[in-house]
Amino acid sequence: MNVYDFVQLTLFLLVLIILTPLLGRYMARVFLDENHVLKSVVNPVEKAIYRLISCKGEEMDWKKYTYSLLVFNFMGFLFLFFLQLCQSYLPLNPQKLPAPSWSLAFNTSISFVTNTNWQSYSGETTLSYLVQMAGLTVQNFLSAATGISVLLAVIRGLVRKTANNIGNFWIDATRSILYVLLPLSMLLAIILTGQGVVQTFHPFAKATTLMGSGQVIPLGPVSSQIAIKQLGTNGGGFFNANSAHPFENPTPFSNFLEMLAILLIPSALTFTYGRLIGSNRQGWTIFLVMFTLLIIGLAVSYYSEYKFSTIAGININMEGKETRFGLGNSVLWSVATTSASNGSVNAMMDSLTPLAGMVAMFNIMLGEVIFGGVGSGIYGMIMFIILTVFIAGLMVGRSPEFLGKKIEAFEVKMAILAILAPNLVILIFSAVSCLTTPGLSGLNNPGPHGLSEIIYCFSSAAGNNGSAFAGLNSNAPFYNILTGFGMLIGRFGVIIPVLAMAGNMAGKKITPFSGGTFRTDTWLFGLLLMAVIIIVGGLTFFPALSLGPVMEHLLLIK
Amino acid sequence: MGSRQKKELKLLTGRVLLTSVKESFIKLTPANQIKNPVIFIVLIGAVVTTAVFFNNLFSAHFSGFILQITLWLWFTVLFANFSEAIAEGRGKAQAESLRKSKINTRAIRLNAGKEEEVWATELKKGDLVVCSAGSIIPSDGEVVEGISSVDESAITGESAPVIRESGGDRSAVTGGTKVISDRIVIRITAEQGKTFLDHMISLVEGASRQKTPNEIALTILLSGLTIIFLMAVVTLPAFFSYSLNSSELPKNMNLTLPVLISLLVCLIPTTIGGLLSAIGISGMDRLLQKNVIATSGRAVEAAGDVDVLLLDKTGTITLGNRMATDFIPANGVTIEEFADAAQLSSLTDETPEGRSIVVFAKEKFNLRGRNLNTADTVLIKFSAKTRISGIDIRLQDGKIKSFRKGAPDAIKKFIEDNNGFFPQNVKDTVTRLAMQGATPLVVTDNIKVLGVINLKDIVKGGIKSRFEQLRTMGIRTIMITGDNPLTAAAIAAEAGVDDFMAEAEPEDKLSRIRSEQLKGHLVGMIGDGTNDAPALAQADIGIAMNTGTQAAREAGNMVDLDSNPTKLIEVVETGKQLLMTRGALTTFSIANDVAKYFAIIPALALPLYASSGVPGPLSALNIMHLASPESAILSAVIFNALIIIALIPLALKGIRYKPLPASRVLVGNILIYGAGGLVAPFIGIKLIDILLNSLHLI
Repeated sequence: MNVYDFVQLTLFLLVLIILTPLLGRYMARVFLDENHVLKSVVNPVEKAIYRLISCKGEEMDWKKYTYSLLVFNFMGFLFLFFLQLCQSYLPLNPQKLPAPSWSLAFNTSISFVTNTNWQSYSGETTLSYLVQMAGLTVQNFLSAATGISVLLAVIRGLVRKTANNIGNFWIDATRSILYVLLPLSMLLAIILTGQGVVQTFHPFAKATTLMGSGQVIPLGPVSSQIAIKQLGTNGGGFFNANSAHPFENPTPFSNFLEMLAILLIPSALTFTYGRLIGSNRQGWTIFLVMFTLLIIGLAVSYYSEYKFSTIAGININMEGKETRFGLGNSVLWSVATTSASNGSVNAMMDSLTPLAGMVAMFNIMLGEVIFGGVGSGIYGMIMFIILTVFIAGLMVGRSPEFLGKKIEAFEVKMAILAILAPNLVILIFSAVSCLTTPGLSGLNNPGPHGLSEIIYCFSSAAGNNGSAFAGLNSNAPFYNILTGFGMLIGRFGVIIPVLAMAGNMAGKKITPFSGGTFRTDTWLFGLLLMAVIIIVGGLTFFPALSLGPVMEHLLLIK
Repeated sequence: MGSRQKKELKLLTGRVLLTSVKESFIKLTPANQIKNPVIFIVLIGAVVTTAVFFNNLFSAHFSGFILQITLWLWFTVLFANFSEAIAEGRGKAQAESLRKSKINTRAIRLNAGKEEEVWATELKKGDLVVCSAGSIIPSDGEVVEGISSVDESAITGESAPVIRESGGDRSAVTGGTKVISDRIVIRITAEQGKTFLDHMISLVEGASRQKTPNEIALTILLSGLTIIFLMAVVTLPAFFSYSLNSSELPKNMNLTLPVLISLLVCLIPTTIGGLLSAIGISGMDRLLQKNVIATSGRAVEAAGDVDVLLLDKTGTITLGNRMATDFIPANGVTIEEFADAAQLSSLTDETPEGRSIVVFAKEKFNLRGRNLNTADTVLIKFSAKTRISGIDIRLQDGKIKSFRKGAPDAIKKFIEDNNGFFPQNVKDTVTRLAMQGATPLVVTDNIKVLGVINLKDIVKGGIKSRFEQLRTMGIRTIMITGDNPLTAAAIAAEAGVDDFMAEAEPEDKLSRIRSEQLKGHLVGMIGDGTNDAPALAQADIGIAMNTGTQAAREAGNMVDLDSNPTKLIEVVETGKQLLMTRGALTTFSIANDVAKYFAIIPALALPLYASSGVPGPLSALNIMHLASPESAILSAVIFNALIIIALIPLALKGIRYKPLPASRVLVGNILIYGAGGLVAPFIGIKLIDILLNSLHLI
């Protein structure tokens, strides 16, 4: 790690810390429906939308809330699925791209609906401008809004006393988009365009190189998609090279902004969460837990990357990294994008050293709770909090409670389900791939690295991350379908128990705080929460990780 | 109590141990084991390895390794059963001694005024029976006539007899106890088979034990963990087969069923899974040793959650009665003169307060009781109307001395009605004493005010520090008293309670409990009288005193056989200890897994990616330097089984409890059971490995 890396890292973290309460406070005002900058301007649009969808704003219980959310997401899936299959008949397809295979369309639709943005395809050679804009970009907004809505519902469940209802899904989703995601994306898109990210409907440019040969330069409405793919923890690039592509990420400044955008909303939401449950300390505690885990990941990654350079006897390990950004930026991005369930990349994960690759993988395996996805990071974290509170609560000799709400069998069951669902997908689907011919035929690398590629693939799907260890050729029906189901289970297998728990929590009484209550806003709790997250992840994946990246690392240093 | 505990100790070391061993085998039925999902998985594993062992044997291949694995897996199941059996055993032994008092007796039933002899089993609710000295009370009931002393040692273990009388708060009698004096008439209040004794027997035997809410939640957590580990183990062969295909050496490898089962059993939380029910049973058992009977495990658990305690002042916080502590004569009256008057005016006062005045005068001023010629004296009994008592004495000179004693306001009225004068300095003294929480009584001679007697509530020694402990535990104490607010406030301050209810009527208790519960608090209270019954029923933890009325005993969810009001605090502590033991052992169990992974995974993966002569790279994870793959796996399995046995005493006793704030309790327990759980198996497995190899068992 050199001085520049250090300065940039410090600057990055500092800006993140400063922006967290600023954006967080704004979002709290939005979701509490208080006055804020955009209210007077955008409010008529909000009202018009409610009129359009004839939403009267009635409160919903958890079942109705979940039902609305599922219907909303299913419609999004159908729309995106058929949009892709019909793209050759539709306008804004200057390259005359044919429809993708049904399995790819299935995979891509689920991928964008679930906020995963796993891409089995190359954007520029597979999907038309229309699909990218009206399909993918729209889903980038909607899936992020879904995540925020679930978080809001959970917060209501925690805060309300003996209530039935946990809010109105349509209002939550609409506000998330109108007041948070759209304005921020517009701002970022404009800045990025200024930095050189392309935004055009023109067909691909043809150029003649100095060598005299012809070259096709892909173009498209890129910035509008890049802004939300970063902000909404989506990660699906316009181009196959994602943010390593100069038209997606042209300058060091755009690189900085895009990295910041990965963590911005998830981080700010910790503050919003604190505000909404009425205790800033609770929010900051969660922030610090996430922040510390991020730092630990960064430390291991930096160490491993620079150490490997020394072992290999080269100056800097630049394989698979973008020379424009250098090693430091690549490591930071890889850790940020896997901590948050973003999945965009500016370097090839596949080329990271085994331990840095393991950090990326383990970040996802922990359940995408280190900042995590927009909304989903915190509600995932809340499930871990429930577990931690339960064990810790027993140890202080009181029926466990969180924010005054008793943690009982139902909450524990839902927390276990939500934590179990993605973990089982990773283990079982990886195992199936290891045993079957179609699973193994996608591999380009033998040895433990190949195993890492398979496990990373399903971790990415189940964690709704979307990044890939590139060595695996996953555009085949086997992987398209298996990862498709992995993403579905990883998303809704968590959302449904989370909402069920929120509904159950809303109905409970709130026990007032006393000296015998175990506090959940202290460093002690933070440490304990961190330990539970690492231990659950570690114990689940110890065998898999030791046969993959650990083995590779040991073989490498031998 | 002392002899009782000694008796239990003997029971534990003797017969209980033997029957528990027997019970561990009897409990091996699938129907029974399935109640505990974690141990059930171990049982299945044990059955499968047994099958593998015999299958190998039939193909003439004997494997000492598989045999040892198999045996230790069976031991794991048996150890878990043993822990449960031993916890139940203690209760069963107790139940047996209780059952002895349930011998069928003859009873004398009153039938339309006539006495007839019937079997106790024929008695019905509402029957009237007569019990005289020497007879066993046939069933639970309420004394409707008479007073007698009763030996309740069969139930309470306390040999000193207690008084039972009709009316009032000491009217309840329990079937199986023995009348030792006088004759009482009892109305039977319980159906046969549903008496207190029956109830108690079924409780201590654990027959009616149901899983408590926390236990259910914990079982779900443990099942979840079991599923995770099951999947981690089930998917392992797939990852191994991939790695095997990728490595040059070896071409095949024995990732056998017994090895996988060993890994699984080591990972799933068998320690807490095996000890869970023992912890629950022993929680009730520990209460029983404190002579408190809980109607359900749920109640014991809830006791740990109580954060508001309603305590009656009298008997709990103060010694019970106000006592004279000072005589303050009015201006111009000598102290001796006043003491004499105070004693005389109290001679007729049979209340403890009155007696304390006589005693105080005797001790402090050496005034002996004197001969009062009944012809010369007229006793003025206390009446609720005048609220004054006293004595009129005809002196030898024919004059009548008329001493009166009463509450200041009553005396003031009396004096002023008789055109007397209530001096200012006495008024000041009265106010001052009242402010201090004492009860001033004023003594007069005719219409002359002689002075003020200071009656004080004596706060029990050590109670203040007890309340401080409760406060650090996060429990708020509320004192309930019929005293006026001034008195109540002063005693509250002296005793260190957090809040008080003055001039409380029985209904006030109920409404206070309701309002605290509405605010989300869990309320515990202790009571004895019939008018306490609604409040006892409303409270989350209602402890009825055994001396109390039948109504109170039925309303509460615990009965304190010692009838000691401070017991509530111990009950709360037992409840907390119960939860803490569960949490600590869960943490310990999970923390253990780290070491087990480090023992087993390198052992399994040793040959992977090995080049000839050099073990595979994952041998670097063998940080314990265990001798061989087989001994590593076997050591982990043995450690896993032995730790259950090693922790049985802890499960039965409960972990150490100190009244400290939640965060400090947590830090302590995490250090002991979390960090300890991390380190202990590294040491344990290494030691077992050394032992196995030095004995050439592997």
